[in-house]
Amino acid sequence: MTMSLTKPAMRGLLAKRLRFHLPIAFGLSLIAAIAFKYAVTEPRNKAYADFYKQYDATKEFNAMKEAGIFESVRPSGE
Amino acid sequence: MLSSRALVRGLQCGLWRRVSTSSGAWAAHSHDVDMIDCSVPQYNNRLDTPLPDVPFVRNLNPEQKKLKEKENGPWTQLTKEEKLAIYRLTHELSYPEMRKGSKEWMTVLGGVFFFLGFTGLLVWWQRVYVYGDVPHTLSPEWVEQQTQRMIDMRVNPVHGFSHKWDYEKKQWK
Repeated sequence: MTMSLTKPAMRGLLAKRLRFHLPIAFGLSLIAAIAFKYAVTEPRNKAYADFYKQYDATKEFNAMKEAGIFESVRPSGE
Repeated sequence: MLSSRALVRGLQCGLWRRVSTSSGAWAAHSHDVDMIDCSVPQYNNRLDTPLPDVPFVRNLNPEQKKLKEKENGPWTQLTKEEKLAIYRLTHELSYPEMRKGSKEWMTVLGGVFFFLGFTGLLVWWQRVYVYGDVPHTLSPEWVEQQTQRMIDMRVNPVHGFSHKWDYEKKQWK
């Protein structure tokens, strides 16, 4: 045991770890956010936009009225 | 069925007793005694204390005493086996042996699953023999009328309930 070992790193351990892991953490979070936007919110907004493009409120109201679910307006038969 | 369950529980108790008894107690007593004198320093196998308070073997027989005498002289005259024997006198487990771990987790997991299963049986019995009837709003006729009303009201027409109903053909898509 005559050779001497190299002195291990005594300081800056947290800084070294952060320098490595923080960019990765930020990058992954950014990717997650972007993926969520384009996989979830974009289709959802598009579905709502398409739905309301073809939406006729009066027709829907009359259909619901005939089905008899309203209390203030009864179906035309009664 | 009950006897086999008791048998399994007895086996698990035996296993636990063997696993939980400390190594110091095993060394000090040749029979199953769980009494350790905690008022005196004790031996321990721990990764963070490389030199325990007392050596593992306290009462040396004559040939061990001879070995200890030989240890007082120059160590170059000790053979490899003698050095190992001296080590084992003061330490029970080496670091690799301490780190080895055991298969205890299988026993633990098995015990957990076993008792979860038993609890499941109890819960099932309770559901059948203790609980009363389910509310009338869960009967098929009521659920049918409820579904029809939800479709009429256009519940969740974009993504959900009414989206799956075909209003022209009057059936599910």
